[in-house]
Amino acid sequence: MQKNEAKKSNENFFMNLVRQQMFIPILAVLLLAVFNLIADPSFFKITLGYNSAGNPVLSGFLITILDSGSELAILAIGMTLVTAASGGQDISVGAAVAIAGSVILRVLCGGNSRPEKLAAPIIVAFLVSCIVAMLFGAFNGVLVAYFKIQPMIATLILYTAGRSIAAWINNNELPVISDEKFTYFGEFIPGIPIPTPFFIAVACIIIIFLVLKFTNLGLYTQAVGINESSSRLNGLNPAFIKVMSFVVLGLCVAVVGLIKVSRVSTINYSVIAKDIEMDAILAVALGGNALSGGKFNMAASIVGAYVIQFLTTTLYKFNVQSDALPAYKAVVVIVLVVISAPTVRDWFSNLTKKLKVKEVA
Amino acid sequence: MSNNKSSASGSFAEKINNLTDTNLLLTITIVVFFLMYIGAIIFQGGGFLKAQNFLNLFNSNAALIILACGLSLVMITGGIDISVGGVTALVSMCCAVYLDFKGGNVFVSVLIALAIGLAFGAFQGFLVAYLDIQPFIVTLAGMFFARGMTTIVNTKPFNVANEAFSKLKMTRVIIPGLGSTNRKGVYVDAYVEIGVVVALLVVIVMFCMLRWTKLGRSFYAVGGNQQSALMLGINVKRTRFLSHLLCGLLAGIGGYVYFLHVGSGSPSHATGAEMDAIASSIIGGTMLTGGVGNIVGTLFGVLSLGTIQNIVSSAGLDQAWWTGITRAVMLCLFLVVQSLVMARKKK
Repeated sequence: MQKNEAKKSNENFFMNLVRQQMFIPILAVLLLAVFNLIADPSFFKITLGYNSAGNPVLSGFLITILDSGSELAILAIGMTLVTAASGGQDISVGAAVAIAGSVILRVLCGGNSRPEKLAAPIIVAFLVSCIVAMLFGAFNGVLVAYFKIQPMIATLILYTAGRSIAAWINNNELPVISDEKFTYFGEFIPGIPIPTPFFIAVACIIIIFLVLKFTNLGLYTQAVGINESSSRLNGLNPAFIKVMSFVVLGLCVAVVGLIKVSRVSTINYSVIAKDIEMDAILAVALGGNALSGGKFNMAASIVGAYVIQFLTTTLYKFNVQSDALPAYKAVVVIVLVVISAPTVRDWFSNLTKKLKVKEVA
Repeated sequence: MSNNKSSASGSFAEKINNLTDTNLLLTITIVVFFLMYIGAIIFQGGGFLKAQNFLNLFNSNAALIILACGLSLVMITGGIDISVGGVTALVSMCCAVYLDFKGGNVFVSVLIALAIGLAFGAFQGFLVAYLDIQPFIVTLAGMFFARGMTTIVNTKPFNVANEAFSKLKMTRVIIPGLGSTNRKGVYVDAYVEIGVVVALLVVIVMFCMLRWTKLGRSFYAVGGNQQSALMLGINVKRTRFLSHLLCGLLAGIGGYVYFLHVGSGSPSHATGAEMDAIASSIIGGTMLTGGVGNIVGTLFGVLSLGTIQNIVSSAGLDQAWWTGITRAVMLCLFLVVQSLVMARKKK
């Protein structure tokens, strides 16, 4: 009898663990880690070296994950809010990053494509790009909230035009910034061996958690996502909250734009942040958040973003070509959505029930 | 198309009010297309007057017409499929590899194209209809899978050197009476490529299917309201599955027509074709919310996009980014018009 109870509580503990939203992303990390450990333990090696400027820098696959995953984590913050509020995803983030980056370069160069010195302080350029990116976010948001267009279709407009607009901002030129300070945001600050994007991401994460804790943003967003009309009856303004979530995503996009252009000190309109929308959506999905809106778990999305980068880096390590990456990621997406589909879950729980009945009999 | 009987004596506003959603959107599309084409003739000069120039609109957009037909079908049923561009690239790459490396015959390559299209359609349709997963996510994954697979099959773009295929590719259908004399004074016949014939056949078959068959009507019913379609005894799941399956099949056909037009395989083929196809469907008056749409409108949607491209290129603007911007503006306008039409319905 006692044994049976112990078994039951054990089972309950296991079921609770499985039900936790963090379960899937953490399980994925563990699987990837074990896989890498078996395949090639050198994956986990971190070395301290010196870059061309003579600054100490850490390098290794794990550092790459922290570095590139940070951009994705920042985008995942905004994407989670948009997903929760509107029940759809923004597919224009890649194009919007191109626009934000282009604006930064335009302000910094002031029309001259090879400036000797910067035409404006970096902070000004960044603020301008924030405003532009938030305006584009608001444009998407208005289409979704007031014109009632499905988010993915509404953002399709910017997806189609975004990179063209980005090129147009700089007259289709490719400005190059020679100021070394500009590279600090995407690479390393002298003396600190950890890549800067990681610190930026941590700052963003802290801000969003403070906002979620001390304001009603999270509650209202979920309310609108779960049931729009009843949230309106409760005195919320669903349209405003939807637009708001897109504006927040715009802010995230501006931050990522800064990191992206800072990495290379220039811009390539058709390549910058290519396919990043897929990764951002995937991060949200991997975090166990319902893609049809409603409840969300910000921490899970952020972990999800790093997991995606973990996967990407692992694939790169095994010499998968960058163009072939989407095929593998697509398989992961399909497996994820199939596992989390309500129909499949029902079927699964029915199956376990049947098994239990058999056991009892 | 318009509703003449009841509004013969009514004012213009009444006439518009009496149109159904489908016909109103269709009318807007056709009017916009003709305005644009006439505008192009006036401002860009005689080039647009030549019959061959008009036919080239079909020649270069035959594949897009087929893809857009498939998308309209899915969108009428209330879903969406953004994998068609990827499938097109995969089909052309696989056929190119088969024809070039294996020296196979053309007939088998057509079968390969159809099989790829059907496989994508069936898998995506199953996930969407029977497992109830959001179509956008499923087909987004499908698109990335197809693009990735294209690279895995072969990394580098290459031209096909297969005699039978080249013969088929160069087959042209001459249209009598529309030719013109060129600069040297030689009379040149007006022609269309074989893909255009396929595209027009697809348009006709789809039009008839959607208008007069039970299956066609059930697509509209499911897209309009799933619940009431279920009450009417329509097998909603099966209908949604079939819409994706047919779209996949059309993507296969469209992919082969595209391949026939370009005659090469490349991972960057048909980039953004899904977006063009969606845009054409929307411009053609297919509602994203489902239940409203017309294949004829879709045809005009594709032609409108093609005309924009021609105008942009003949105006000497930098093509790649002006096309993007003008298309996006047009898409935006039509989306807003649709949402206004929806608002009108609610009143």
